[in-house]
Amino acid sequence: MKAYEVVIVGGGPAGLAAAIAARENGIRDILILERDGELGGILNQCIHNGFGLHTFQEELTGPEYADRFIRQVKEQNIEYKLNTMVMHIEENKKIIAMNRQDGMFELQAEAVILAMGCRERPRGALNIPGYRPAGIFSAGTAQRLVNIEGYMPGREVVILGSGDIGLIMARRMTLEGAKVKVVAELMPYSGGLKRNIVQCLDDYGIPLKLSHTVVDIHGKERVEGVTLAEVDEKGNPIPGTEEEISCDTLLLSVGLIPENELSRECGVLMDPVTRGPRVDDSLETSVPGIFACGNVLHVHDLVDFVSEEAGLAGTYAAEYVKRKKREKCDKNSGKNDGDTFREGVRIIPTGGVRYTVPQVIHPASMGDKVVVRFRVARPYRKCRIRVDINGKIVMTKKRPVMAPGEMESIVLERKKLEEYPHLQEITIQIEEA
Amino acid sequence: MEIRELICIGCPMGCPLKVELEEGKVRQVTGNTCNRGDVYARKEVTDPTRIVTTTVRVNHGEQAVVSVKTRTDIPKDKISACMEAIKKVRVDAPIKIGDVVAADIAGTGVDMVATKNISVL
Repeated sequence: MKAYEVVIVGGGPAGLAAAIAARENGIRDILILERDGELGGILNQCIHNGFGLHTFQEELTGPEYADRFIRQVKEQNIEYKLNTMVMHIEENKKIIAMNRQDGMFELQAEAVILAMGCRERPRGALNIPGYRPAGIFSAGTAQRLVNIEGYMPGREVVILGSGDIGLIMARRMTLEGAKVKVVAELMPYSGGLKRNIVQCLDDYGIPLKLSHTVVDIHGKERVEGVTLAEVDEKGNPIPGTEEEISCDTLLLSVGLIPENELSRECGVLMDPVTRGPRVDDSLETSVPGIFACGNVLHVHDLVDFVSEEAGLAGTYAAEYVKRKKREKCDKNSGKNDGDTFREGVRIIPTGGVRYTVPQVIHPASMGDKVVVRFRVARPYRKCRIRVDINGKIVMTKKRPVMAPGEMESIVLERKKLEEYPHLQEITIQIEEA
Repeated sequence: MEIRELICIGCPMGCPLKVELEEGKVRQVTGNTCNRGDVYARKEVTDPTRIVTTTVRVNHGEQAVVSVKTRTDIPKDKISACMEAIKKVRVDAPIKIGDVVAADIAGTGVDMVATKNISVL
Protein backbone atom coordinates (compact mmCIF):
# COMPACT_ATOMS: atom_id res chain seq x y z
CA MET A 1 0.00 0.00 0.00
CA LYS A 2 1.39 3.38 -1.02
CA ALA A 3 1.81 5.95 1.76
CA TYR A 4 1.56 9.75 1.57
CA GLU A 5 2.02 12.43 4.15
CA VAL A 6 -1.03 14.43 3.03
CA VAL A 7 -3.84 13.18 0.78
CA ILE A 8 -6.37 15.73 -0.45
CA VAL A 9 -9.78 14.54 -1.58
CA GLY A 10 -10.94 16.90 -4.32
CA GLY A 11 -9.01 19.03 -6.84
CA GLY A 12 -11.28 22.08 -6.89
CA PRO A 13 -10.40 25.48 -5.46
CA ALA A 14 -10.22 24.17 -1.89
CA GLY A 15 -8.08 21.13 -2.70
CA LEU A 16 -5.67 23.12 -4.87
CA ALA A 17 -5.10 25.85 -2.27
CA ALA A 18 -4.73 23.27 0.52
CA ALA A 19 -2.12 21.34 -1.49
CA ILE A 20 -0.08 24.44 -2.28
CA ALA A 21 -0.11 25.53 1.38
CA ALA A 22 0.93 22.06 2.59
CA ARG A 23 3.85 22.13 0.15
CA GLU A 24 4.87 25.64 1.23
CA ASN A 25 4.92 24.33 4.79
CA GLY A 26 7.44 21.65 4.01
CA ILE A 27 5.39 18.58 3.05
CA ARG A 28 6.94 16.54 0.24
CA ASP A 29 4.50 13.65 -0.24
CA ILE A 30 1.19 15.17 -1.28
CA LEU A 31 -1.47 13.57 -3.45
CA ILE A 32 -4.63 15.19 -4.80
CA LEU A 33 -7.42 12.81 -5.82
CA GLU A 34 -9.88 14.35 -8.31
CA ARG A 35 -13.05 12.72 -9.63
CA ASP A 36 -13.33 14.84 -12.80
CA GLY A 37 -11.03 14.74 -15.85
CA GLU A 38 -9.33 18.03 -14.98
CA LEU A 39 -8.33 20.08 -11.94
CA GLY A 40 -10.25 23.22 -11.01
CA GLY A 41 -13.61 21.80 -9.94
CA ILE A 42 -16.72 23.88 -10.43
CA LEU A 43 -14.65 26.94 -11.42
CA ASN A 44 -14.25 25.40 -14.88
CA GLN A 45 -17.91 25.94 -15.65
CA CYS A 46 -18.19 29.34 -13.95
CA ILE A 47 -17.10 31.29 -17.02
CA HIS A 48 -18.45 34.65 -15.78
CA ASN A 49 -16.14 37.24 -14.28
CA GLY A 50 -15.93 38.47 -10.69
CA PHE A 51 -13.56 35.94 -9.13
CA GLY A 52 -10.37 36.84 -7.34
CA LEU A 53 -11.04 40.45 -6.28
CA HIS A 54 -9.79 39.65 -2.77
CA THR A 55 -7.00 37.23 -3.69
CA PHE A 56 -5.51 38.82 -6.81
CA GLN A 57 -7.08 42.34 -6.75
CA GLU A 58 -8.39 41.74 -10.24
CA GLU A 59 -11.56 40.38 -11.72
CA LEU A 60 -11.01 36.96 -13.25
CA THR A 61 -13.34 34.37 -14.75
CA GLY A 62 -13.64 31.01 -12.98
CA PRO A 63 -11.32 29.08 -15.33
CA GLU A 64 -8.68 31.83 -15.09
CA TYR A 65 -8.88 31.82 -11.27
CA ALA A 66 -8.49 28.03 -11.24
CA ASP A 67 -5.55 28.23 -13.64
CA ARG A 68 -3.59 30.47 -11.23
CA PHE A 69 -3.70 27.63 -8.68
CA ILE A 70 -3.33 24.76 -11.16
CA ARG A 71 -0.11 26.35 -12.46
CA GLN A 72 1.30 26.50 -8.92
CA VAL A 73 0.39 22.86 -8.30
CA LYS A 74 2.24 21.88 -11.47
CA GLU A 75 5.24 24.13 -10.79
CA GLN A 76 5.56 22.61 -7.31
CA ASN A 77 5.34 19.11 -8.81
CA ILE A 78 2.45 18.18 -6.56
CA GLU A 79 1.15 14.75 -7.56
CA TYR A 80 -2.48 14.40 -8.59
CA LYS A 81 -4.70 11.69 -10.02
CA LEU A 82 -7.63 12.62 -12.28
CA ASN A 83 -10.73 10.57 -13.05
CA THR A 84 -10.21 9.02 -9.65
CA MET A 85 -13.08 8.38 -7.29
CA VAL A 86 -12.47 8.00 -3.57
CA MET A 87 -14.73 5.22 -2.35
CA HIS A 88 -14.00 5.15 1.35
CA ILE A 89 -11.90 6.80 4.04
CA GLU A 90 -11.20 4.99 7.29
CA GLU A 91 -10.70 6.58 10.67
CA ASN A 92 -7.04 5.50 10.56
CA LYS A 93 -6.71 7.49 7.31
CA LYS A 94 -6.58 4.54 4.96
CA ILE A 95 -8.19 5.57 1.69
CA ILE A 96 -9.80 3.30 -0.89
CA ALA A 97 -10.06 4.82 -4.37
CA MET A 98 -10.47 3.66 -7.95
CA ASN A 99 -9.76 4.72 -11.50
CA ARG A 100 -9.35 3.06 -14.90
CA GLN A 101 -5.56 2.74 -14.79
CA ASP A 102 -5.01 1.52 -11.24
CA GLY A 103 -8.34 -0.21 -10.66
CA MET A 104 -9.28 -0.30 -7.00
CA PHE A 105 -6.36 0.75 -4.79
CA GLU A 106 -5.52 1.63 -1.20
CA LEU A 107 -3.45 4.49 0.19
CA GLN A 108 -2.26 5.26 3.68
CA ALA A 109 -2.25 8.97 4.59
CA GLU A 110 -0.83 10.60 7.68
CA ALA A 111 -3.22 13.50 7.24
CA VAL A 112 -6.32 13.78 5.05
CA ILE A 113 -7.85 17.04 3.83
CA LEU A 114 -11.51 16.77 2.88
CA ALA A 115 -12.17 19.15 -0.04
CA MET A 116 -15.05 17.49 -1.88
CA GLY A 117 -17.17 20.62 -2.32
CA CYS A 118 -20.95 20.56 -2.45
CA ARG A 119 -23.83 19.41 -4.60
CA GLU A 120 -27.03 21.12 -5.67
CA ARG A 121 -30.29 20.32 -3.94
CA PRO A 122 -32.25 18.25 -6.46
CA ARG A 123 -35.91 18.29 -7.51
CA GLY A 124 -36.62 15.30 -5.29
CA ALA A 125 -35.95 17.45 -2.23
CA LEU A 126 -38.64 19.98 -3.15
CA ASN A 127 -41.93 18.04 -3.17
CA ILE A 128 -43.13 19.53 -6.46
CA PRO A 129 -45.89 17.28 -7.81
CA GLY A 130 -46.16 16.25 -11.46
CA TYR A 131 -44.55 13.74 -13.80
CA ARG A 132 -40.83 13.47 -14.34
CA PRO A 133 -40.52 14.89 -17.84
CA ALA A 134 -37.25 15.78 -19.51
CA GLY A 135 -36.29 19.44 -19.24
CA ILE A 136 -35.81 19.80 -15.48
CA PHE A 137 -32.21 20.60 -14.63
CA SER A 138 -30.36 21.93 -11.66
CA ALA A 139 -28.90 25.32 -12.60
CA GLY A 140 -25.37 23.94 -12.26
CA THR A 141 -26.09 21.02 -14.60
CA ALA A 142 -27.39 23.47 -17.20
CA GLN A 143 -24.27 25.57 -16.62
CA ARG A 144 -22.04 22.60 -17.34
CA LEU A 145 -24.03 21.66 -20.46
CA VAL A 146 -23.83 25.17 -21.91
CA ASN A 147 -20.33 26.22 -20.85
CA ILE A 148 -18.35 22.97 -21.13
CA GLU A 149 -20.27 20.50 -23.29
CA GLY A 150 -21.67 23.17 -25.61
CA TYR A 151 -25.35 22.11 -25.50
CA MET A 152 -28.40 24.28 -24.92
CA PRO A 153 -30.78 22.53 -22.51
CA GLY A 154 -33.86 24.43 -23.73
CA ARG A 155 -35.38 27.49 -25.35
CA GLU A 156 -38.11 28.74 -23.00
CA VAL A 157 -36.97 28.74 -19.42
CA VAL A 158 -38.40 29.23 -15.94
CA ILE A 159 -35.93 29.36 -13.05
CA LEU A 160 -36.95 28.41 -9.53
CA GLY A 161 -34.70 29.90 -6.87
CA SER A 162 -32.75 33.13 -7.01
CA GLY A 163 -29.41 31.90 -5.73
CA ASP A 164 -26.40 33.19 -7.61
CA ILE A 165 -26.15 30.18 -9.93
CA GLY A 166 -29.78 30.66 -10.96
CA LEU A 167 -29.21 34.36 -11.66
CA ILE A 168 -26.01 33.71 -13.58
CA MET A 169 -27.79 31.08 -15.67
CA ALA A 170 -30.70 33.43 -16.39
CA ARG A 171 -28.23 35.74 -18.12
CA ARG A 172 -26.26 32.93 -19.74
CA MET A 173 -29.33 31.28 -21.29
CA THR A 174 -30.57 34.69 -22.50
CA LEU A 175 -27.23 35.47 -24.17
CA GLU A 176 -27.41 32.08 -25.91
CA GLY A 177 -30.79 32.97 -27.36
CA ALA A 178 -33.22 31.38 -24.88
CA LYS A 179 -36.20 33.23 -23.46
CA VAL A 180 -36.04 33.29 -19.66
CA LYS A 181 -39.61 34.03 -18.64
CA VAL A 182 -39.31 34.44 -14.90
CA VAL A 183 -37.16 33.73 -11.86
CA ALA A 184 -39.34 32.65 -8.92
CA GLU A 185 -38.10 32.86 -5.34
CA LEU A 186 -39.90 31.26 -2.38
CA MET A 187 -38.47 33.71 0.14
CA PRO A 188 -39.45 37.40 0.31
CA TYR A 189 -35.82 38.28 -0.53
CA SER A 190 -33.27 36.94 -2.98
CA GLY A 191 -30.42 34.73 -1.86
CA GLY A 192 -28.23 36.15 -4.62
CA LEU A 193 -25.85 39.10 -4.72
CA LYS A 194 -27.31 42.54 -5.61
CA ARG A 195 -24.81 42.80 -8.43
CA ASN A 196 -26.17 39.61 -9.99
CA ILE A 197 -29.79 40.77 -9.70
CA VAL A 198 -28.92 43.99 -11.55
CA GLN A 199 -26.51 42.58 -14.13
CA CYS A 200 -28.19 39.21 -14.79
CA LEU A 201 -31.91 40.03 -14.48
CA ASP A 202 -32.49 43.81 -14.74
CA ASP A 203 -30.07 44.20 -17.67
CA TYR A 204 -32.16 41.75 -19.68
CA GLY A 205 -35.62 42.63 -18.36
CA ILE A 206 -36.10 39.25 -16.67
CA PRO A 207 -38.75 39.48 -13.93
CA LEU A 208 -37.97 38.28 -10.39
CA LYS A 209 -41.04 37.14 -8.47
CA LEU A 210 -40.37 37.04 -4.73
CA SER A 211 -42.58 34.93 -2.43
CA HIS A 212 -43.49 32.71 -5.39
CA THR A 213 -42.91 29.04 -6.07
CA VAL A 214 -43.62 26.32 -8.61
CA VAL A 215 -46.62 24.27 -7.48
CA ASP A 216 -47.01 22.07 -10.56
CA ILE A 217 -44.95 20.92 -13.51
CA HIS A 218 -46.82 20.15 -16.75
CA GLY A 219 -45.82 17.71 -19.47
CA LYS A 220 -45.18 13.98 -19.55
CA GLU A 221 -42.28 13.46 -21.96
CA ARG A 222 -40.95 17.03 -21.93
CA VAL A 223 -41.75 19.98 -19.70
CA GLU A 224 -44.60 21.97 -21.26
CA GLY A 225 -45.08 24.52 -18.55
CA VAL A 226 -45.25 25.20 -14.83
CA THR A 227 -47.81 26.60 -12.44
CA LEU A 228 -46.50 29.42 -10.30
CA ALA A 229 -48.23 30.56 -7.11
CA GLU A 230 -47.64 33.20 -4.51
CA VAL A 231 -46.81 31.93 -1.02
CA ASP A 232 -47.71 33.26 2.44
CA GLU A 233 -45.25 34.03 5.25
CA LYS A 234 -45.02 30.33 6.06
CA GLY A 235 -44.15 29.46 2.49
CA ASN A 236 -47.53 27.86 1.74
CA PRO A 237 -49.09 28.55 -1.68
CA ILE A 238 -52.03 30.99 -1.56
CA PRO A 239 -55.07 29.52 -3.38
CA GLY A 240 -56.26 31.68 -6.25
CA THR A 241 -52.83 33.11 -7.08
CA GLU A 242 -51.88 30.31 -9.48
CA GLU A 243 -50.57 31.32 -12.87
CA GLU A 244 -49.60 29.00 -15.73
CA ILE A 245 -46.43 29.72 -17.63
CA SER A 246 -45.49 27.74 -20.72
CA CYS A 247 -41.84 26.67 -20.94
CA ASP A 248 -39.76 23.71 -22.11
CA THR A 249 -37.18 23.93 -19.34
CA LEU A 250 -37.20 24.39 -15.58
CA LEU A 251 -33.93 25.22 -13.86
CA LEU A 252 -33.61 24.71 -10.11
CA SER A 253 -31.32 26.93 -8.07
CA VAL A 254 -32.58 25.96 -4.66
CA GLY A 255 -29.54 25.53 -2.48
CA LEU A 256 -26.26 23.70 -2.10
CA ILE A 257 -25.47 20.86 0.26
CA PRO A 258 -21.92 19.91 1.29
CA GLU A 259 -21.03 16.48 -0.10
CA ASN A 260 -20.09 14.52 3.00
CA GLU A 261 -20.73 10.82 2.39
CA LEU A 262 -17.01 10.11 2.82
CA SER A 263 -16.75 12.28 5.92
CA ARG A 264 -19.57 10.38 7.62
CA GLU A 265 -17.98 7.02 6.80
CA CYS A 266 -14.74 7.97 8.49
CA GLY A 267 -16.66 8.94 11.59
CA VAL A 268 -16.18 12.71 11.88
CA LEU A 269 -18.76 14.59 13.94
CA MET A 270 -21.14 16.56 11.72
CA ASP A 271 -22.86 19.91 12.20
CA PRO A 272 -26.58 19.56 11.43
CA VAL A 273 -26.85 23.19 10.26
CA THR A 274 -23.86 23.43 7.89
CA ARG A 275 -24.20 19.73 6.99
CA GLY A 276 -20.41 19.71 7.03
CA PRO A 277 -17.93 18.36 9.58
CA ARG A 278 -17.48 20.17 12.87
CA VAL A 279 -13.99 21.61 13.00
CA ASP A 280 -11.75 23.41 15.47
CA ASP A 281 -9.60 26.51 14.90
CA SER A 282 -7.09 24.44 12.91
CA LEU A 283 -9.90 23.15 10.64
CA GLU A 284 -9.31 19.68 12.08
CA THR A 285 -12.40 17.49 12.41
CA SER A 286 -13.21 15.33 15.43
CA VAL A 287 -10.94 12.63 13.92
CA PRO A 288 -7.32 13.66 14.55
CA GLY A 289 -5.44 14.23 11.30
CA ILE A 290 -8.55 14.67 9.16
CA PHE A 291 -9.10 18.29 8.11
CA ALA A 292 -11.86 19.93 6.07
CA CYS A 293 -12.12 23.14 4.03
CA GLY A 294 -14.15 24.84 1.33
CA ASN A 295 -17.73 24.00 0.42
CA VAL A 296 -17.59 20.53 1.97
CA LEU A 297 -17.23 22.31 5.31
CA HIS A 298 -19.85 25.02 4.74
CA VAL A 299 -21.14 26.60 1.54
CA HIS A 300 -19.27 29.80 0.68
CA ASP A 301 -20.33 32.75 -1.52
CA LEU A 302 -16.87 33.77 -2.66
CA VAL A 303 -14.12 31.48 -3.90
CA ASP A 304 -11.54 33.87 -2.43
CA PHE A 305 -12.63 32.84 1.05
CA VAL A 306 -12.51 29.16 0.05
CA SER A 307 -8.89 29.59 -1.02
CA GLU A 308 -8.05 31.40 2.20
CA GLU A 309 -9.69 28.77 4.39
CA ALA A 310 -8.14 25.91 2.41
CA GLY A 311 -4.70 27.50 2.70
CA LEU A 312 -5.10 27.35 6.47
CA ALA A 313 -6.24 23.72 6.34
CA GLY A 314 -3.15 22.83 4.29
CA THR A 315 -0.91 24.68 6.73
CA TYR A 316 -2.42 22.98 9.79
CA ALA A 317 -2.33 19.56 8.11
CA ALA A 318 1.38 20.14 7.47
CA GLU A 319 1.90 21.08 11.11
CA TYR A 320 0.06 17.93 12.18
CA VAL A 321 2.31 15.73 10.04
CA LYS A 322 5.45 17.41 11.38
CA ARG A 323 4.22 17.14 14.98
CA LYS A 324 3.55 13.41 14.51
CA LYS A 325 7.09 12.98 13.20
CA ARG A 326 8.52 14.74 16.24
CA GLU A 327 6.37 12.61 18.53
CA LYS A 328 7.76 9.48 16.92
CA CYS A 329 11.29 10.66 17.74
CA ASP A 330 10.43 11.81 21.24
CA LYS A 331 7.44 9.98 22.64
CA ASN A 332 6.74 12.52 25.39
CA SER A 333 6.79 15.78 23.46
CA GLY A 334 3.98 17.82 21.95
CA LYS A 335 0.28 17.67 22.60
CA ASN A 336 -1.45 14.35 22.67
CA ASP A 337 -4.30 14.50 20.21
CA GLY A 338 -6.39 11.78 21.82
CA ASP A 339 -9.43 13.79 22.81
CA THR A 340 -8.47 17.40 22.22
CA PHE A 341 -11.43 18.16 19.95
CA ARG A 342 -13.90 17.47 22.72
CA GLU A 343 -11.84 19.44 25.23
CA GLY A 344 -12.01 22.63 23.19
CA VAL A 345 -14.20 25.64 23.90
CA ARG A 346 -17.46 25.60 21.98
CA ILE A 347 -18.61 28.62 20.00
CA ILE A 348 -22.38 28.69 20.31
CA PRO A 349 -24.44 30.43 17.62
CA THR A 350 -27.54 32.08 19.06
CA GLY A 351 -29.86 35.07 18.50
CA GLY A 352 -29.99 35.16 14.70
CA VAL A 353 -26.68 33.41 14.02
CA ARG A 354 -27.35 30.10 12.28
CA TYR A 355 -23.93 28.48 12.64
CA THR A 356 -20.27 29.21 13.08
CA VAL A 357 -17.13 27.70 11.54
CA PRO A 358 -15.08 26.72 13.45
CA GLN A 359 -17.46 25.31 16.03
CA VAL A 360 -14.71 24.65 18.59
CA ILE A 361 -11.51 26.53 19.48
CA HIS A 362 -8.48 25.71 21.60
CA PRO A 363 -7.31 29.01 23.11
CA ALA A 364 -4.11 27.35 24.41
CA SER A 365 -2.88 26.12 21.04
CA MET A 366 -4.58 28.45 18.55
CA GLY A 367 -2.78 31.10 16.50
CA ASP A 368 -2.82 34.82 17.39
CA LYS A 369 -6.28 35.11 15.94
CA VAL A 370 -8.97 32.95 14.45
CA VAL A 371 -11.52 34.06 11.87
CA VAL A 372 -14.98 32.79 12.80
CA ARG A 373 -17.27 32.70 9.79
CA PHE A 374 -21.04 32.51 10.12
CA ARG A 375 -24.38 33.20 8.47
CA VAL A 376 -27.43 35.02 9.79
CA ALA A 377 -30.92 33.53 9.70
CA ARG A 378 -32.70 36.51 8.05
CA PRO A 379 -31.90 39.96 6.69
CA TYR A 380 -30.90 42.56 9.32
CA ARG A 381 -30.44 46.33 9.16
CA LYS A 382 -28.60 48.60 11.58
CA CYS A 383 -27.49 45.87 13.92
CA ARG A 384 -24.40 44.64 15.70
CA ILE A 385 -22.63 41.33 16.13
CA ARG A 386 -22.16 40.57 19.82
CA VAL A 387 -19.66 38.11 21.29
CA ASP A 388 -20.07 36.90 24.89
CA ILE A 389 -17.63 34.88 26.97
CA ASN A 390 -19.01 33.06 30.00
CA GLY A 391 -22.14 35.21 29.72
CA LYS A 392 -20.36 38.60 29.57
CA ILE A 393 -20.23 40.87 26.50
CA VAL A 394 -16.62 41.07 25.32
CA MET A 395 -16.91 42.43 21.83
CA THR A 396 -19.37 44.05 19.44
CA LYS A 397 -19.13 44.94 15.78
CA LYS A 398 -21.59 47.29 14.05
CA ARG A 399 -23.10 46.16 10.77
CA PRO A 400 -25.37 48.42 8.68
CA VAL A 401 -26.84 45.43 6.86
CA MET A 402 -26.59 41.64 6.90
CA ALA A 403 -28.28 39.02 4.74
CA PRO A 404 -28.42 35.21 4.80
CA GLY A 405 -26.83 35.15 1.35
CA GLU A 406 -23.66 36.89 2.53
CA MET A 407 -21.23 35.09 4.80
CA GLU A 408 -20.15 37.16 7.80
CA SER A 409 -17.03 36.89 9.92
CA ILE A 410 -15.60 38.08 13.19
CA VAL A 411 -12.02 37.78 14.45
CA LEU A 412 -11.31 36.33 17.89
CA GLU A 413 -7.93 37.31 19.27
CA ARG A 414 -5.99 34.95 21.43
CA LYS A 415 -4.90 37.82 23.72
CA LYS A 416 -8.53 38.65 24.44
CA LEU A 417 -9.41 35.01 25.16
CA GLU A 418 -6.45 34.61 27.51
CA GLU A 419 -8.06 37.19 29.79
CA TYR A 420 -10.57 34.45 30.63
CA PRO A 421 -8.65 31.54 32.12
CA HIS A 422 -11.87 29.68 32.92
CA LEU A 423 -13.23 29.94 29.42
CA GLN A 424 -16.24 27.67 29.07
CA GLU A 425 -18.24 28.93 26.14
CA ILE A 426 -18.32 31.71 23.59
CA THR A 427 -21.62 32.84 22.14
CA ILE A 428 -22.17 34.92 19.01
CA GLN A 429 -25.45 36.70 18.36
CA ILE A 430 -27.03 39.57 16.42
CA GLU A 431 -28.61 42.53 18.16
CA GLU A 432 -30.84 45.03 16.42
CA ALA A 433 -30.59 48.72 17.35
CA MET B 1 -35.51 66.78 -16.51
CA GLU B 2 -35.36 62.99 -16.48
CA ILE B 3 -35.21 60.79 -13.39
CA ARG B 4 -33.63 57.31 -13.55
CA GLU B 5 -34.00 54.80 -10.74
CA LEU B 6 -31.24 52.25 -10.02
CA ILE B 7 -30.25 49.76 -7.35
CA CYS B 8 -26.68 50.25 -6.20
CA ILE B 9 -24.49 47.16 -6.60
CA GLY B 10 -21.65 48.41 -4.40
CA CYS B 11 -22.58 46.29 -1.38
CA PRO B 12 -25.42 44.15 0.03
CA MET B 13 -27.37 47.23 1.20
CA GLY B 14 -28.58 47.77 -2.35
CA CYS B 15 -29.49 51.44 -1.91
CA PRO B 16 -32.32 52.63 -4.19
CA LEU B 17 -30.70 55.43 -6.19
CA LYS B 18 -32.42 58.30 -7.97
CA VAL B 19 -30.46 60.10 -10.67
CA GLU B 20 -31.65 63.45 -11.97
CA LEU B 21 -30.58 64.00 -15.57
CA GLU B 22 -30.75 67.16 -17.63
CA GLU B 23 -29.85 67.00 -21.30
CA GLY B 24 -27.90 63.81 -20.68
CA LYS B 25 -25.91 65.34 -17.82
CA VAL B 26 -26.22 64.16 -14.22
CA ARG B 27 -27.55 66.93 -12.00
CA GLN B 28 -27.93 65.03 -8.76
CA VAL B 29 -27.75 61.53 -7.25
CA THR B 30 -29.91 60.80 -4.20
CA GLY B 31 -30.69 57.70 -2.12
CA ASN B 32 -27.07 56.62 -1.79
CA THR B 33 -25.54 56.00 1.65
CA CYS B 34 -21.92 56.33 0.59
CA ASN B 35 -19.80 57.74 -2.23
CA ARG B 36 -19.68 54.42 -4.06
CA GLY B 37 -23.38 54.82 -4.87
CA ASP B 38 -22.74 58.23 -6.40
CA VAL B 39 -19.87 56.96 -8.55
CA TYR B 40 -21.84 53.91 -9.67
CA ALA B 41 -24.96 55.92 -10.53
CA ARG B 42 -23.06 58.49 -12.62
CA LYS B 43 -21.26 55.81 -14.60
CA GLU B 44 -24.37 53.65 -14.99
CA VAL B 45 -26.55 56.41 -16.48
CA THR B 46 -23.93 58.07 -18.69
CA ASP B 47 -21.68 55.20 -19.78
CA PRO B 48 -22.92 51.76 -18.66
CA THR B 49 -20.40 49.03 -19.51
CA ARG B 50 -20.10 45.28 -18.93
CA ILE B 51 -17.54 42.55 -19.47
CA VAL B 52 -19.17 39.93 -21.71
CA THR B 53 -18.35 36.28 -21.07
CA THR B 54 -19.50 33.47 -23.32
CA THR B 55 -18.17 30.41 -25.18
CA VAL B 56 -16.85 29.75 -28.68
CA ARG B 57 -16.91 26.46 -30.64
CA VAL B 58 -13.60 24.64 -30.82
CA ASN B 59 -12.33 22.44 -33.68
CA HIS B 60 -10.40 19.30 -32.69
CA GLY B 61 -10.36 20.24 -28.99
CA GLU B 62 -10.65 18.02 -25.92
CA GLN B 63 -13.65 20.21 -25.11
CA ALA B 64 -16.42 21.28 -27.52
CA VAL B 65 -16.32 24.94 -26.51
CA VAL B 66 -13.82 27.35 -24.95
CA SER B 67 -14.80 30.08 -22.51
CA VAL B 68 -14.02 33.63 -23.64
CA LYS B 69 -14.40 37.22 -22.39
CA THR B 70 -14.07 40.74 -23.68
CA ARG B 71 -10.62 41.80 -22.49
CA THR B 72 -12.13 44.93 -20.93
CA ASP B 73 -15.70 46.14 -20.44
CA ILE B 74 -17.69 47.21 -23.49
CA PRO B 75 -20.72 49.52 -23.77
CA LYS B 76 -23.82 47.75 -22.46
CA ASP B 77 -25.74 48.42 -25.69
CA LYS B 78 -23.10 46.49 -27.65
CA ILE B 79 -23.69 43.22 -25.79
CA SER B 80 -26.11 41.74 -28.34
CA ALA B 81 -23.98 42.82 -31.31
CA CYS B 82 -21.03 41.20 -29.58
CA MET B 83 -22.97 37.95 -29.07
CA GLU B 84 -24.11 37.95 -32.71
CA ALA B 85 -20.52 38.38 -33.91
CA ILE B 86 -19.01 35.76 -31.62
CA LYS B 87 -21.63 33.17 -32.59
CA LYS B 88 -20.00 32.78 -36.02
CA VAL B 89 -16.47 32.32 -34.69
CA ARG B 90 -14.74 28.90 -34.64
CA VAL B 91 -11.27 28.36 -33.22
CA ASP B 92 -8.79 25.51 -33.59
CA ALA B 93 -7.26 23.75 -30.59
CA PRO B 94 -4.80 24.14 -28.94
CA ILE B 95 -5.89 27.36 -27.23
CA LYS B 96 -4.13 29.17 -24.40
CA ILE B 97 -5.59 31.57 -21.85
CA GLY B 98 -5.29 35.10 -23.27
CA ASP B 99 -5.27 34.03 -26.95
CA VAL B 100 -7.28 36.47 -29.06
CA VAL B 101 -10.32 34.60 -30.35
CA ALA B 102 -11.87 37.57 -32.17
CA ALA B 103 -10.16 40.95 -32.56
CA ASP B 104 -12.14 44.19 -32.21
CA ILE B 105 -15.43 42.41 -31.51
CA ALA B 106 -18.46 44.14 -33.06
CA GLY B 107 -16.46 47.30 -33.67
CA THR B 108 -15.95 47.97 -29.96
CA GLY B 109 -12.19 48.13 -30.28
CA VAL B 110 -12.01 45.38 -27.63
CA ASP B 111 -10.66 41.88 -28.29
CA MET B 112 -12.39 38.70 -27.22
CA VAL B 113 -9.83 36.46 -25.49
CA ALA B 114 -9.84 32.85 -24.31
CA THR B 115 -10.15 32.25 -20.56
CA LYS B 116 -9.29 28.56 -20.61
CA ASN B 117 -6.54 26.30 -21.96
CA ILE B 118 -7.87 23.70 -24.40
CA SER B 119 -5.53 21.04 -25.78
CA VAL B 120 -5.94 19.02 -28.95
CA LEU B 121 -8.11 15.92 -28.68
